[in-house]
Amino acid sequence: MVYYISFILIGIGIYGFLTQKNLFKHLISLTIIDTAINIFIISLGYISGEEAPIYSKYTPIANFVDPLPQALVLTAIVIGVGILALGVSLLIKVYEKYGTLDVEEIVAKEGK
Amino acid sequence: MRRFLSALIVLGLIMFFISTLPLIPEFGKASLSKVSRAFIDKDVNGNGGNVQYGVSKDLENGAANVVTSIVVDYRSFDTLGEVTVLFTSALGVGIILSGYKRKKFGREPNFILRVSVGILLPLILLFGAYVFIHGHLTPGGGFPGGTIIAAGILLLYLSNEEFDLSKTVKFVEGISGSLYVIVGLLGLAVSGVFLINFLPTGVVGNLFSSGIVPIIYILIGFKVGAELSGIVAELHREG
Repeated sequence: MVYYISFILIGIGIYGFLTQKNLFKHLISLTIIDTAINIFIISLGYISGEEAPIYSKYTPIANFVDPLPQALVLTAIVIGVGILALGVSLLIKVYEKYGTLDVEEIVAKEGK
Repeated sequence: MRRFLSALIVLGLIMFFISTLPLIPEFGKASLSKVSRAFIDKDVNGNGGNVQYGVSKDLENGAANVVTSIVVDYRSFDTLGEVTVLFTSALGVGIILSGYKRKKFGREPNFILRVSVGILLPLILLFGAYVFIHGHLTPGGGFPGGTIIAAGILLLYLSNEEFDLSKTVKFVEGISGSLYVIVGLLGLAVSGVFLINFLPTGVVGNLFSSGIVPIIYILIGFKVGAELSGIVAELHREG
């Protein structure tokens, strides 16, 4: 079941976010959660035995899965890319200032 | 201890998600909502229905790809906002990473890389252009096409140390973004609705069909390609 795959991926993302100390791994965890939610939304619109929502030579008549979740996920993917790029550029700045991406080391340096 | 607690929290969350499963339709047994039905039949204004590939013509929206017809026609205003979000994030990356010089190694890149870029780059650019020109007929569209083009630009950046595209990127991005808004304003002038499909829609499945949808998807392709190339160029600078 695709639902369980997306739940497990969300679990992996949250586990990574809670246990890892590296900020870059936090960002990757967020991306995994993002992908999991996209998979979940797309699987909500799946109807077994039906085609991708494109009229073509092979599917001339409408016998399609739900196109609306796919259109929403298209938006979500693009915004995820934007967030990832912005997060990575912030991490570059953090690394430049502290010389490390480890949260505890950053807190220790900040405390001095 | 920390890992154990985290694992417990995650397990609880997954159990919670699974307990909500009876509220949603079983996988593969979803039913089309009224809205999705109308989008598929191109029946939002109440004059469509029974669309057939290569036969139906002059529908309210002629795109064969239903997802494209939602993204670029019915909900085009959303897509304008989405492109703006991408622009804002590219701008943010540019502001945060401004002042970095590009790292130069002072020697020629690998021979294999240089030669294979010469062979692959035209094919990559051609494929990207194909994907966004045929966005209303086949899977794909402006966003994937632009990303493919940005991947080609990344190859150029890797293979040539002197290569710089930042001026062109800003120009292309500004031009295509303003053209998107201008197409929308033309719709406002012709039919009184922002971003309405004011051109004839033609036969479903032809390359020259569905009015302004291919035009807007080509503009989005250029804009996304330029923005992602800009992000690639900014992140490529370091040291």
